[in-house]
Amino acid sequence: MKKTAIIGVGQSNFVRNYPGSIRELAFDGFKEAVKDAGAEAGDIDASVICSAPEYDKQRSPAAVIAEHLGLNSQPTFYVETLCSSSSTGLKMAHAMVASGLHEVVAVLGFQKMSEISSSESQERMGRGADIQWESPFGTMMPAYYAMHAQAHMDRYGTTPDDLAAVRVKASTYGQINDRAVYRKAITPDMFNDSSNKIANPVSSPLRVGDCCANADGSSCIIVANAEKAKAFSKKPIWILGLGAASASVNMSGRDLFTGLGAAGQAAGRAYAMAGVGPGQIDVAEVHDCFTIAEIMAYENLGFAEPGGGNELIRSKETYKEGSIPVNVDGGLLSKGHPIGATGGSQLRTIVLQLRGEAGEMQVKDPQIGLVHNIGGVGIYGNVTILSNQY
Amino acid sequence: MAETKKNIDERFSNFGVVSFTAQTKVNDFVDYLKDGKVMATQCGLCGTVFFPPRADCFRCMDSEMKWREVAGKGKLMCFSQLQFAPVGFENDLPYCIGVLDYAEFKVFGRIDSSIALEELSIGMEMTTEACRLENGQLSYIFKKA
Ligand SMILES: [Zn+2]
Repeated sequence: MKKTAIIGVGQSNFVRNYPGSIRELAFDGFKEAVKDAGAEAGDIDASVICSAPEYDKQRSPAAVIAEHLGLNSQPTFYVETLCSSSSTGLKMAHAMVASGLHEVVAVLGFQKMSEISSSESQERMGRGADIQWESPFGTMMPAYYAMHAQAHMDRYGTTPDDLAAVRVKASTYGQINDRAVYRKAITPDMFNDSSNKIANPVSSPLRVGDCCANADGSSCIIVANAEKAKAFSKKPIWILGLGAASASVNMSGRDLFTGLGAAGQAAGRAYAMAGVGPGQIDVAEVHDCFTIAEIMAYENLGFAEPGGGNELIRSKETYKEGSIPVNVDGGLLSKGHPIGATGGSQLRTIVLQLRGEAGEMQVKDPQIGLVHNIGGVGIYGNVTILSNQY
Repeated sequence: MAETKKNIDERFSNFGVVSFTAQTKVNDFVDYLKDGKVMATQCGLCGTVFFPPRADCFRCMDSEMKWREVAGKGKLMCFSQLQFAPVGFENDLPYCIGVLDYAEFKVFGRIDSSIALEELSIGMEMTTEACRLENGQLSYIFKKA
């Protein structure tokens, strides 16, 4: 397969209530990516628009967004894999470019979670799982990850303090990321202070502080073939590996609750395609929608043995100065999680890291970076490996 | 002749605290619940047991299913107690959900609310029992074995 590269990245600020429409929100991320690539809308041969449709009032949003971004008459379409929609979009763009069908493709992820009222959002939450066999029991996303946390604690001795440590790390970097929705410091004490909102139980053993926040946001990644990449960009970031996997929606179809099978399979496929192993990853973004999700990601990606994730956070090896820096942009926990935009935001962070343009968050001289982006409770696993070396 | 609304089998709307779908080919599941039984399906060709019950076997590309009771004890694989709920479930809070492992298949569901959170532990044996909810709906619940 032909090589492809990322030549432009952008994202909007992630905010609680974006004061505009979805097309205007999409413009914020797109504008930054196009300028970053030194391109204009006419240079883009096709667009892939990504979001989770339950939050969209607009039917078929690809059409209005492509129109607003000046991407007519180029082809456009919509993809969805819940919270990993824009990683799936990247995979589509890679396939479209590597096949020779197109030369430059934009992947635009967005979500205006505030588009619907909180009562509508609550109602949709109940339909986030298998609506035939799980939703009738009253399920919601935090409860599913909470069951995994309970299993991880039982099997490996992971503690509530380990979970809190993940959030404390996230806030360390969220404070220096001006695109993040949550910029305040979080200390371990806050989790043990019953008068603090952070310590409020959500779904045992997870507390408010263990959960990421809703946000509105957009992201954009521009993918090009080798010739275009070299023409447009002084620092193209090459796509080395794309691994994806799926797992049962219904929890009764799972064998394991201490990790996410689809994440491990996606990682294996991405490492095989890239020809690298976990020891060669210099910087990573993982899908920390909940604190336990980051600990499971360490293990599913091979940064730690199964059960060793808790030790990795205790030893601070995933801080910026550690052996494998993870989510040094604040992660979903601090940045917020505008579903369809999240994967693109993670990719942007790794591209900036590999170009040496991550500012205060910059890790020392990384060559290979990884993005782990999960849709639903491990229903869709996506792992992408990028490098600044051709 | 076009099917009238009257002839549509919507028994599944009686399943769970709030049902989100009414039509399925495994609607008999709801009648079994009414009779106090929680049922899985088993493929008549390859013998695979499906819970939740399925009408179709992807192994055999066939739909010759038999009903089979979810009997005996399962082991609790994971659980959580919710302090927040989606719309329609608020009156039940707090409540626990979990997964029981029956070796041949697993069952996802609610845990009997008379069991305190502190009494739950991974690996404990539980049974799956049909029940009628306060709002008249049919469901099943995990009880201490
Ligand atoms: Zn069969």
